[in-house]
Amino acid sequence: MFEASELNLRNHRVQRLYKLLFLLMTLLLIVPVMLILGTLIAKGGSVISIDFLFTSPTDGMTAGGLFPALFGTVWLVAVALLISVPLGIAAAIYLSEYAGNNWFTRIINLAIINLAGVPSIVHALFGVGAFVLFFGFGTSILAASLTLAIMTLPVVIVATRESLQAVPYAFREACWNMGATRWQTIRRVVLPNAISGILTGVILEVSRTSGETAPIMFTGAVFFTPFLPQGIFDQTMAMSLHLFVVSTQVPGVPENLPYGVALVLIAMVLLMNSISIVFRTWLRGKKKW
Amino acid sequence: MSGQQLTKTADMATFDRRNADWYIDKLVQALVFIGGISAIIFVVGIFVFITKEGLGFILDRFDFMEFFTSPYWYPADEDAPEYGILALIAGTASVTGLAMVVAIPFSLGAAIFIAEFATGKTRETLKVLVELLAAIPSVAWGFIGLTIMNPLIIEFFDVPVGLNVLNAGIILGLMAAPIMTSIAEDALKAVPDRYREAAEAMGATRWQVIYKTVLPAAKNGLLGAVLLGVGRGFGETMAVLMATGHSINIPGSVFDSVRALTATIAAELGETAVGSDHYQVLFTIGIFLFLITFIINLTADLVVRGIRKG
Repeated sequence: MFEASELNLRNHRVQRLYKLLFLLMTLLLIVPVMLILGTLIAKGGSVISIDFLFTSPTDGMTAGGLFPALFGTVWLVAVALLISVPLGIAAAIYLSEYAGNNWFTRIINLAIINLAGVPSIVHALFGVGAFVLFFGFGTSILAASLTLAIMTLPVVIVATRESLQAVPYAFREACWNMGATRWQTIRRVVLPNAISGILTGVILEVSRTSGETAPIMFTGAVFFTPFLPQGIFDQTMAMSLHLFVVSTQVPGVPENLPYGVALVLIAMVLLMNSISIVFRTWLRGKKKW
Repeated sequence: MSGQQLTKTADMATFDRRNADWYIDKLVQALVFIGGISAIIFVVGIFVFITKEGLGFILDRFDFMEFFTSPYWYPADEDAPEYGILALIAGTASVTGLAMVVAIPFSLGAAIFIAEFATGKTRETLKVLVELLAAIPSVAWGFIGLTIMNPLIIEFFDVPVGLNVLNAGIILGLMAAPIMTSIAEDALKAVPDRYREAAEAMGATRWQVIYKTVLPAAKNGLLGAVLLGVGRGFGETMAVLMATGHSINIPGSVFDSVRALTATIAAELGETAVGSDHYQVLFTIGIFLFLITFIINLTADLVVRGIRKG
């Protein structure tokens, strides 16, 4: 009874063509990167071993492992998190629970967007001017981590604000009706319901922080140091900077070594991201409202 | 009369809400407010501190015409240092421009496919992949440019050097594309479903719905995604430092090596003495970068807010 007209058929052919075109574009975005990662694994895989992860570089960084860099990155990320997580959560609580819909909130949001958009090297300049020189921390883990923390603060704020706002408003109203103060409501009702979402954001932050190079170059990370950091006023090596150093600054590095470093760095970052994604998916499935 | 007043006082005492919880509540409110304004403090702080370090140069040596129109960048010359950033601006602009040529069609295409065509598992998988791609650190991208793209370009185009505008542009495009894809996809998702349903009810095919209804409705959000991609390309440091070849040049073709503003700071700051002219001019470039990205982000925000109003 319904015979497709010539026009209908043409429209459908056009639609199929476009669908194919856009699928192709999506694949062209993803496949090259997969090939690149495959190459990295092929060339760097042979380098990676337990020894590679847990020994120091030797022979002017042309041999040995990357333990000091790995250890340094853990330090940098941990100190940065100690600063950015409480601050970011406080900011998100303010924005989600207290801030009104007015010009002042708009300015805060604009500042957050800008903080995320300022080039990483400008964050580095800020770190040098403020923390290394003005506050006199010198080139140290503290200065580098503060720089990293400020740079990645928007990640925590945005993720936390989203998970706070995902808690239904009725939950808060029910609690206020019981006579609870705002803070009691936030602590007993809002935060417990949002905590997993916040954790997802924190894991994402770990991933972002551990890959950054420019902000730590002049504030606390060094090309090479024979010593492991003992405290927050020491300098340290870092994974991201180590990759830059072994691939551009050191002569005579065997071809596969930088591939191994790159592979460990990328694996570390992608692993963190995957954990965060799996966690998020699991949460979505578990949601009760 | 006096009895009544007594009762009233007693009531007030009972219902005085300023107990410990009340004070804690106010304290917390003050604390989270500090957290809330911290972002403003930091943005202002960044501007103040980089200006403080760069101010000496701006006051003493800064020559607007020379700075922006001279291609000669010899800041380390002891006798006659020259501070022209034109070639560096050309380097940044050419690389960012090529990156956008690569990234805009593919990221918008991918966003349309993920938001409008793909369904169920395919859609989730693609979204996760795009998110993972966005997570690869910039120094790793630089390394990829250096070790994988470089020989490919030399072999494929038969040129002597593979570290050039083409290399950095492709790398930067691949870096920016996943972020632009997610923002563009959000913009497409923000278009209410009733628009699509109305168009479909009129007998439009999926593509007609997208082309005639969804894209016009999402155009501001898509523009915002492009602008944020430009901002990201402009500010990228490690990848362009490693993939451009880092030689000062006003590029005549995509096979010329160039040097970017950000990369110059990264490469030279370590060699300068604190407070020297060279050190201060690098901070001046930082101020310039800060202002440009500030304007780009502000514009993107205003553009995106346009859709929410309209």
